[in-house]
Order: sequence, then C-alpha cells, then structure tokens
Amino acid sequence: MIVQAILFYIFGTVAVACGVLVVSARNPVHSVLFLILAFFNAAGLFILIGAEFLAMILVIVYVGAVAVLFLFVVMMLDIDFLQLRSGFVQYLPIGALVGLILLAELILVIGGWAVSPSVPTQAPVLTAAGGVALSNTRALGDILYTRYLFGFQVAGLILLVAMIGAIVLTLRHRADVRRQSISAQLARRRAETVEVVKVPLGAGSD
Amino acid sequence: MGLLERATRSLLLTELLSGLGLTFRYMFKRPVTVNYPYEKGPLSPRFRGEHVLRRYPNGEERCIACKLCEAICPALAITIEAEPREDGSRRTTRYDIDMTKCIYCGYCQEACPVDAIVEGPNFEFATETHEELLYDKEKLMANGDRWEAEIAKNLALDAPYR
Amino acid sequence: MANFWTGYAWPTVITAIEVVIVVVPLLLAIAMLTYAERKVLAFSQLRKGPNVVGPFGLLQPFADGLKLLVKETIVPSGANRVVFVVAPLITFTLALVAWAVIPFDPGVVIANINVGILYLFAISSLGVYGIILAGWASNSRYAFLGALRSAAQMVSYEVAIGFVLVTVLLCAGSLNLTEIVEAQRHIWFAIPLLPMFVIFFISALAETGRAPFDLPEGETEIVAGYFVEYSSMTFALFYLGEYGNMILMSAMTSVLFLGGWLAPFGVAPFTWVPGPIWFALKIAFVLFCFLWVRATFPRFRYDQLMRLGWKVFLPFSLLWLVLTAGVLTAAGWLPQR
Repeated sequence: MIVQAILFYIFGTVAVACGVLVVSARNPVHSVLFLILAFFNAAGLFILIGAEFLAMILVIVYVGAVAVLFLFVVMMLDIDFLQLRSGFVQYLPIGALVGLILLAELILVIGGWAVSPSVPTQAPVLTAAGGVALSNTRALGDILYTRYLFGFQVAGLILLVAMIGAIVLTLRHRADVRRQSISAQLARRRAETVEVVKVPLGAGSD
Repeated sequence: MGLLERATRSLLLTELLSGLGLTFRYMFKRPVTVNYPYEKGPLSPRFRGEHVLRRYPNGEERCIACKLCEAICPALAITIEAEPREDGSRRTTRYDIDMTKCIYCGYCQEACPVDAIVEGPNFEFATETHEELLYDKEKLMANGDRWEAEIAKNLALDAPYR
Repeated sequence: MANFWTGYAWPTVITAIEVVIVVVPLLLAIAMLTYAERKVLAFSQLRKGPNVVGPFGLLQPFADGLKLLVKETIVPSGANRVVFVVAPLITFTLALVAWAVIPFDPGVVIANINVGILYLFAISSLGVYGIILAGWASNSRYAFLGALRSAAQMVSYEVAIGFVLVTVLLCAGSLNLTEIVEAQRHIWFAIPLLPMFVIFFISALAETGRAPFDLPEGETEIVAGYFVEYSSMTFALFYLGEYGNMILMSAMTSVLFLGGWLAPFGVAPFTWVPGPIWFALKIAFVLFCFLWVRATFPRFRYDQLMRLGWKVFLPFSLLWLVLTAGVLTAAGWLPQR
C-alpha cells in the first residue's frame, strides 16, 4: 500500500503545482501545457483508485481534444500579455473577493458532505450475478444507461444543441464564391464533355 | 451511364483500386536504373566534356596559338599567350582554361582550325577545390595524351556530319 | 519488506525486461521500414532503391541513423528551447508507449488492461502534441502552418476512427485487446465490417500523416512543415516517431480487423505457424499497403482532406455504426458476457 500512497502524493503534488503554474506562468502557451500536465496527473489519480475508464476518457477528451483547441487558440492569439497583466494590482481586491467566496463555498460543501444513503444498495451493482467483480467500464455503463439514462440523454441533447448553435452562428453562405462540386466533377463522363468532330478541309467547324 | 452504376463505382472505389493495381504491376517490372559508378549510359561522339589539347601522331603539339578559341569563348574562360619557339614556329607559352567559367558550349573546338582544343568524353573531373579546376597548358596536354584514343575515334565517327 | 520485493520491485524488473524485449525489435522494425519504404517506392517507379550500403543496401537505415547522430543539433534563435527539444521526445515516446497494450499472443502482452483500446485511442490522440509544440516552438511560419494543418487533420480523423472503434467494440463486446482478438476466432472483423476497415485504414493514413494525406509535411508548399527547423537527433526522433506510429497503426489494424495473432482459416497448415509470426506478417502486410498507397496517390488538397473527413467518413461511419448496432440487436448477435 505504501507505494500507492507515495504515488498518490506524487500525482497530487504535481497536479496542484501544475494548477498554480497554470495561473502564474508568464507565457500563456506554458499555462496550457501545465494544464495538460495537471490533466495527466488527475488521470493518474483516477487509475490509483481503480477507475481506469475515467482516466482514459479524461485523457482522450480533455488532453486529446479540448486542450488541443486551447493550445490552438492561445498560439494564434497575438496579444501582449504583459500589458494584460498591468492591471493586476487594480483587479486584485475583486479577484481576491471572488476567490474567497469560492473557497467558502467549497468548505461549506465539503463540510456538509454526506455519503448518499443509497450507496450501500448500489454497491452490489459492481459485482455480476455470479459474484465476479465487474470491470468499472461495465459497472459505469450499467448505472449510466439504467438509473441515469434520462440525465445522460439530456446532457447529450444539450451538447448537440450547443454544437448546432455554434454551426448556425458561424455558417455563412456566400453567393459570390465559386465552389467546387466534387461529386459533379466525378460524375462527368467523357461523352458529355468532349465531342470529336471531323472537320472538312477549309470548311471549319462551328 | 446510370446514377446507380456511378454510385456503385464510387462506393466500391474502383478507380482507386485500378490505380493501386497499376503501381502493383509496375513493382515487378525491370528497373531502368543505371547503377552509375559501376554502369554508365552511352555517350554521343559529340559529347562535350572536359577539354584536352591534342598532339599530332609524331608528338608535335597541334595548337598554333591562333587564339580563335580565346576570341570566340562566350564565357571568357580561355587565356592564351604566345611567342615563337626556338625553331621559329608559333606556339603558346600559356594556355589556361578556367573550368569554373566554361559553359561547355563547344565553340572553341568548332573554331579551332587544327583540331587542337577538343572537348573530350570525360565528365567525371569533379575536384575538391576551386584551384584544381583552373587548368593550365600542362594539364590540358596531359588530358590530351590520356584521352587521345577516345577522342580520335569520336572525331572519326562525327566526321561524316561536318 | 519482503512484501515490497515480491509485490513491487520484482514485477517492475520483469516489466522493464519485457519493455526491452518489445522495444528493441520495434526499433529494428522502424529501421527496416524506412528501408522497405525506399525499396517499395523505388520498385514501383522502376528504380532500384538503396543497394550500396551492405547486402542489397540493408544497412542503409543504420548509415542514415549514424549520419543524423553525428550531425549538429541546431536550435533556431527565437525558438522556445525547452519545448523545441521536448516536442520530438513526446512524438517518439508516444509511438513506443502505446505498445504496452498490444497483444502478441494469448497472454503475451506487457499490460493486459481492461480498457486497452481506449488506451490506444488516448495515446494516438496525444500524438498531435509533439507536432503542434514543435511547430510553435520553432518560431517559424512554415513550421507553424504545418503544425496547424496537422493538428486540424488529426483531430478531424480521430472522430471517424472513434466511430470505427465503437463499431468493433460492439461486435467484440470488450475493450480488452486480447478479447477483441479472441472474438475474431470465427471470422475476422475485416470481412463483415469491410467498409469500416477501409475507413479505418484511410483514417490511419491521415492520422499518421502519410501520403496522400501528408499535408503537414507538404514538401512542395511548406517545405517540411512542422519539423523544418529540426536537424540531427531531434529530427531523427521525429522520423522514428512517425514510422513507429505507422507500425503502431498497422498493429491496431491487425488487432481490430485482421484477427491479431490468429491464423487465417484456423486449419492445420496455418495453425502450425506461431501466433506472433502471423501477427508480424499481418503488420507487414498493412505496412506494405501504407507504402503502396504512397507510391500510387497524389497528395490531397487541404479542403478536400477536410471534406473527406467531416462530410464523407463521419456520416458514413456513424450510419454504419447505427446499422451494425441495429443488426446485432435485431439478430440477437450482441456478444454476451
């Protein structure tokens, strides 16, 4: 168990340190890189508690997709970040206030934390009929698609609406641009486009 | 051609597959590579390579220092100095070709009335320094002695077309 | 303390040995792949390819490697030094790390984890970082353009790959790669899922940035894309990583669609050959297809690439996923476990 504990403290420390560095790094690209490292450590923590499915999904979704887009945007931006930091002292009080409120809320939430009374009844879900331990992928699926089916579907629907909204907001049909129609090009046949004419000498063709 | 047939064709990727088939067939054809340092391609008798200064069969150098080659050289690569030899014949004391200026146009060999300066079949005379490519008379004469057999043959082969 | 030795130290040592056993042949395979690529391209273009260094030029990759090793590493001025050096390391490491879950025979795998396929997917989705960081850290326009192209391309084709993986999972009923291979004992998934197999293969080409999807490199337009500023060993690491990814993708294709270590037909003369050899043969076949495609097709234009990914592969794979799920449910073929 001691090795797990050591690993936990390593992952935890690095994750927290990365969190601090995300905020304090001068270069925004470095911030995103530290964010990615923080994600990795979170995935490591998931693996430590035996939730390998969540760990992999975290890496795939957050590191593999979301952080890439972050990186994209941050690399493309050409903002003088030192200038942005110039108002640091000016905004410090309000920032500190927001931070304090968040901290208070977190303490309240954690202080009032109680394990749901239904947990012991859920525990048997984790073992199959024969008493064999299920992989947590299977267990997660069993719960997600039965007990929380509605919430799952609604979450999916919300994401779909957001996606369609983003597409509608950015889609523009410009009439003054000639666009390539690849299917039309591929459908063209020689017979439709080329005509071989035998031209009599001196007569020309129309 | 019907829509159905077109759709089937594009869905089954027939055009891509026929392209792949073509490259696959080519993999079994004989390579046309000439394995250069070991094998060499044929050279025309008119090939214009490294310059040589030739001699008559009796050993007398051909060049009479008429300087026609120097005059015609479009790249100004040839430098000639001349004075009479002890026996009174007109000969060059200096015949330099800057091979890094030369454009291998062959005007010098066209201009030469005695077939003294000729561009031989040798094209493998790369050097490691610039200086080695500034040929003097000694080097050109040595080239002539070295390549005489090939050059004489090439000249004979090309003679009917001149 | 005895518990520590038997519980942690000894397994670590064994794993380290296993890693060496996998990685050394893999590096050799990468070297041979660069040689094979040059030979295949040469033969399809009626050339001979490398034939000077060693018998049939077999030592050419080692000569090239040595050349790169002794060259000078140049870090451009204005480059972000740390990120610039780390980027090729990321690419190379990821190409090796993924092999931890690839099964070579029943039980012959470094880490037989339950979510093996997700692990592979996660690793391949990380591949984009090496490239995008290299492009950014080089502080060069060409490199940055190449990185942007590459990132957009990889993210796009990952979506199609994801759907293909889900289809395979539906048929296999497990995320474990060993079980996915075992599920193909009766019939390789390449046959019932042929369209998905084709989509996966083409997406794998795009994912590894191979011709005809080698826009990120785009020699003729952006000189070499993201690694234009790299030289010597850092360049070699990119090169090794790229070819390692090719082999990895071929291994994935074999595991998911071509039955991994299973012998074709499962009858006597074929089953005599040991599983790992079948696996290697299948990988070699898919790799040959990679090279063959490179020898055949010209490079895509960038908008065509995006169109193919989003407007053709994504809807098609989604449709086929729904169709597969429907057929499996209707016919009661869903794998029970």
